[in-house]
Amino acid sequence: MKIAIPSEGKNLESLVNQTFGRTETFIVVDNSDMSYKAIDNTAASAQGGAGIKAAQAIVDSGAEAIITFRCGQNAADVLKTAGIKIYKATAGSINDVVKMYNAGKLDELTDIHAGYHNHGGA
Amino acid sequence: MQIAVLSGKGGTGKTFVSVNLAFAAQNTTYIDCDVEEPNGGLFLKPDITAEENIEVMIPKVNLEKCTACRKCVDFCKYNALALVNNRLLVFKELCHDCGGCILLCPEKALTEQGRTIGKVEYGISGGVKTRTGILNTGEAVGIPIIKRLLKDIEQENIYVIDSPPGSSCAVMESIKDCDYCILVTEPTLFGVHNLAMVYELVKLFGKPHGVVINKHIEGETVADDYCLQNNIPIIARIPYDDRIGSVNSQGKIVAAEDGKYFAIFNEIFQKIQEEVQHEAVTHTER
Ligand code: SF4
Ligand code: SF4
Repeated sequence: MKIAIPSEGKNLESLVNQTFGRTETFIVVDNSDMSYKAIDNTAASAQGGAGIKAAQAIVDSGAEAIITFRCGQNAADVLKTAGIKIYKATAGSINDVVKMYNAGKLDELTDIHAGYHNHGGA
Repeated sequence: MQIAVLSGKGGTGKTFVSVNLAFAAQNTTYIDCDVEEPNGGLFLKPDITAEENIEVMIPKVNLEKCTACRKCVDFCKYNALALVNNRLLVFKELCHDCGGCILLCPEKALTEQGRTIGKVEYGISGGVKTRTGILNTGEAVGIPIIKRLLKDIEQENIYVIDSPPGSSCAVMESIKDCDYCILVTEPTLFGVHNLAMVYELVKLFGKPHGVVINKHIEGETVADDYCLQNNIPIIARIPYDDRIGSVNSQGKIVAAEDGKYFAIFNEIFQKIQEEVQHEAVTHTER
């Protein structure tokens, strides 16, 4: 199964990124053989709706789950509509969290934040 | 004549200056464009005479016509659209009402649908007419309300515009057609930092402008120094005064309570009026 994870870098040793919509890269990893692909998050510099755009990229990547520290309401709506499960990340590398996932140790992410809108900094 | 009152952040006294100026200039219209937090009414306490809902258009998708071609999703630069399992999702709070996707859709699957985002209240408070924009909570984009607030303007009347804080596009919308910008600041480093932001904005728009230093304390010169360096006229210094604080906290207008402050705000108005007339003359001479 393919899992998408916001990442600080472009390989499995990279740390999980603290953000979702503003991460530079998503690692999409197949947990059956640990093959992976790094995708650029073009939403990182979006004026608004970064979470939606990032979620769209994840939907398009074919991932069936995502592991992240946080996720906004709009992005969660997109992911849920697509049937993508959202798990809460723990600190560590991409490798580490996938192992945690495989061991069934990750919880589903429940505290979805309302979104900051990021509209002109008002 | 439209006078816009700006500050780099909330809480510097922007609304305080706006309502007192509107009161002291008399026969004015006070326009509250700080639609996310319209506070002018707390001081002016207007009798509301009329109300108007503000609607924007959002796209509505006809799923039978939509072929999930994705053109609209890629087009929308506000990321208000997403396509999941061949179904189009519309995030209405993020939609900027540009209408582009509706025009663009090759299948004509999108149509316009009205949506209320807030309202404008019209009122009267003694010699001051009021217009207050109110953005519903949870909404992100107040610009359509600001546009409505600033639509019916008669050049011979005096308008005091309480702009949103900061230097966002909502602020730009509120000063677009104004004749003069008052920049309100406090005499602190932080205040000056925020002043610099709005100053850049009014320069960009080429608007005549001047600074009002609020809570001025003798000897605190950072704001004075900044204005001097950048050649920005200081039109008034409102002293730090506990009395202002207490009158404000009671929701009263200090210019109405105290002749000294009436004089200060009236003088601000006279100065601006002269400046704007002067500008108008030099413009026609050119
Ligand atoms: S452009 Fe029209 S047909 Fe294409 S995805 Fe959007 S709504 Fe559907
Ligand atoms: S109307 Fe404009 S802003 Fe709204 S969804 Fe369509 S393209 Fe995006």
